[in-house]
Amino acid sequence: MADAPVLEMRHIRKTFPGVVALDDVGFELRRGEVHILLGENGAGKSTLMKILSGAYQKSAGEIILDGAEVEIKNPKHAQTLGISTIYQEFNLIPHLSVGENIFLGREPVRLLGLIDQRAIFQAATRALNGLGLTLNPRKLVKELRVAEQQMVEVAKALSLDARILIMDEPTAALTEHEIKELFATIRTLKAKGVSIVYISHRMEELFEIGDRVTVLRDGCSIGTYDVHAKSRSELIRLMVNRELTDLFPKERAVRGPEVVRVKGLSTKGGLKDISFTLHKGEVLGIAGLLGAGRTELARAIFGLDKITSGTIYINGAPQRIGSPRAAINSGIGFLTEDRKSQGLVLPLSVKANLCLSSIDKFSRWGIMDTKEEQQAAGRYVNELRIRTPSLDQKVVFLSGGNQQKVVLSKWLCSQAEVFIFDEPTRGIDVGAKTEIYQLMNRLTASGVAIIMISSELLEVLGMSDRILVMRGGRITGEFSAEDATQEKILQCALGE
Amino acid sequence: MCLRGIALRENFFSHYGRQLGTLSGLLGLVVALWALTPHFLTVSNLLNIAEQATIIAIVAVGMTFVIITAGIDLSVGSVLAFAGVVMASALHQGVPLPVALLGGLGIGLLCGLVNGLLITIGRLPPFIATLGMMSVARGTALMFTEGRPVSGFSEAFRSLATGEVLYIPTPVIIMIAVYAVAHLVLKRTKLGRYTYAIGGNEEAALLSGINVKLYKTMVYGLAGMLAGLAAILLTARLNSAQPIAGMNYELDAIAATVIGGTSLLGGEGTVLGTLIGALIMAVLRNGLNLLGVSSFIQQIVIGSVIIVAVLIDMALKRRGK
Repeated sequence: MADAPVLEMRHIRKTFPGVVALDDVGFELRRGEVHILLGENGAGKSTLMKILSGAYQKSAGEIILDGAEVEIKNPKHAQTLGISTIYQEFNLIPHLSVGENIFLGREPVRLLGLIDQRAIFQAATRALNGLGLTLNPRKLVKELRVAEQQMVEVAKALSLDARILIMDEPTAALTEHEIKELFATIRTLKAKGVSIVYISHRMEELFEIGDRVTVLRDGCSIGTYDVHAKSRSELIRLMVNRELTDLFPKERAVRGPEVVRVKGLSTKGGLKDISFTLHKGEVLGIAGLLGAGRTELARAIFGLDKITSGTIYINGAPQRIGSPRAAINSGIGFLTEDRKSQGLVLPLSVKANLCLSSIDKFSRWGIMDTKEEQQAAGRYVNELRIRTPSLDQKVVFLSGGNQQKVVLSKWLCSQAEVFIFDEPTRGIDVGAKTEIYQLMNRLTASGVAIIMISSELLEVLGMSDRILVMRGGRITGEFSAEDATQEKILQCALGE
Repeated sequence: MCLRGIALRENFFSHYGRQLGTLSGLLGLVVALWALTPHFLTVSNLLNIAEQATIIAIVAVGMTFVIITAGIDLSVGSVLAFAGVVMASALHQGVPLPVALLGGLGIGLLCGLVNGLLITIGRLPPFIATLGMMSVARGTALMFTEGRPVSGFSEAFRSLATGEVLYIPTPVIIMIAVYAVAHLVLKRTKLGRYTYAIGGNEEAALLSGINVKLYKTMVYGLAGMLAGLAAILLTARLNSAQPIAGMNYELDAIAATVIGGTSLLGGEGTVLGTLIGALIMAVLRNGLNLLGVSSFIQQIVIGSVIIVAVLIDMALKRRGK
């Protein structure tokens, strides 16, 4: 099997404005192998695969396919070269049948442009049988299980003569049994000589299905190894081995009395038996992989998800938090993961956004004291150094960092004592990141308690006083800042 | 302090720049018609136009609120007819005038609140909820009157439409009052601020602790109540309440709102723009009548004006970005 590689990516470099996402990254893919890409969130795996599938253009480097250099212009071009991608979000049309989806955009036609349905279903049956599947091609995609939909994607890729298949976290939404089925299909594909690039966070899968593994870290490739030549802990160390830099200007505040106590909390959103405490002046970091239940925890505390059992105590008193309004009245502020779609009203002014959750402070009988509002807004703009030409500027025109400061001011203005930050620095440039961290320091110094959810391990380690790790809706680990290491956190997040 | 100086200047251009554009369109139209026909620019004709504009203009205020929340209300024309015939029948039954007037407003408010509840609690799309109400209110009005108009009222009631204060017709004064109040509500009250916030980003509004369902319902209630007010003025003017009154008024109100620069996507818009939009439509109709243009061609012209106005508005917005 170990003949000339089917594909080689050499010295790939990709820059976005102000960021180097990939620097001198490469790996080679052999015929019929399952090649695992391993790395933390943000290590560059997805960027590399987007270049291979034609969604991004590389800034430098070369891609060699069957010994000849190619320029992959777009996703369509990648498909004609035999490279197909199975995305986490499927590109299937739910109201069409399996067969129609497989041949979408290249339907066989008869006279007068009528679609030859019979030919579609025959070809679809052949494609599915080739994968050892017995799916009815006339079934509508919306009636299929997630795993079956994934198989339809695979069949579609194969019917496009794919020789290289990119699978991005293919098991994320599957049950254990379905994962077994998927792996059986992957083995069938290998036997046919199809090469697979496989991205996954799950260590156990790596050893079960992988042949070789390439480790990426901070946009660089660390090396390619035989899966069985390395132990699990060796691989984890390769993934995360870095020093905390002065990126994180953490200043420890005085730990005050308990402000939040969560006891046995379960929700419809998938939380199971969550208990923890939060003290004034403390940053409680919450680590975990995507889908571990971190955002669901924030939503539950903020009154957005229905609580099925358990209690939330604020300053020692049990609280019924059934709506965001109730949460805000209890002194909680929520800085959502997605500023633009959840945190800000983009067509409204800086001033209006800033005062949105505390209008009652500026109004009597529903009539606003606009002068007072103007003054309060001006104060926060000065204090947080929000760069805006005026208080009436629409927030849509502000930069990411300044938008984040507007959201932060909104909660300062409503006098929140507990701030929940969900991915506080996502999509913010490095300088503004440091500024946000400094603001967190100022908040804790003034006695505010912070829950910080972050996918960046370094951020969690660099800014937290205590760290909770979540997996599958449960808390699977708790560390003090001194004890925590990236290895320990990852072990808990991945599950032992 | 420096910040405030900048703020004021920015404020003026960013908030009123768009209205200045629509306003110059209106003035251009006035000048053109003045040149084309000597009868146009007379005090009596201008007052006539203002009076013609009042009904649609008042309905359009409610429509503007609704559209700022990124909604739509197709029922206002039918609600107007329903409120009109109920109030008229009440007057015929000898119900005291103030009570009957409140009844007219109340029927409008009630229909609007039902719209709002269907949309918020029932989670129906506004288009569907108000489409249904459009048919239900119209049908009820027809059933209630057996399809016949209810006519002939006291002088006191009719003076709501025929009276004047300082030579200005009463309906025009009522319209100006409605616009002044609506402007202040949008700019200076919690309801106004929440209206913009809900239309600009409903999710963010919810996460900021706004009771989105309550305020949305209030906005539809307001739109219904203003349709009730329009019903009072129309009935007084015609000395008759017709179950088929207000046909297509919802479309004229939407047109006035959109010409006035309110975005159907929500989060943006002003009632001043809507007033100018309503006046443009009224001036156009009046001018075309004076010029003897057939009503068939009038429809073509008005439709084209709506399209061109929105095209220009979108082009200006793109350039602003």
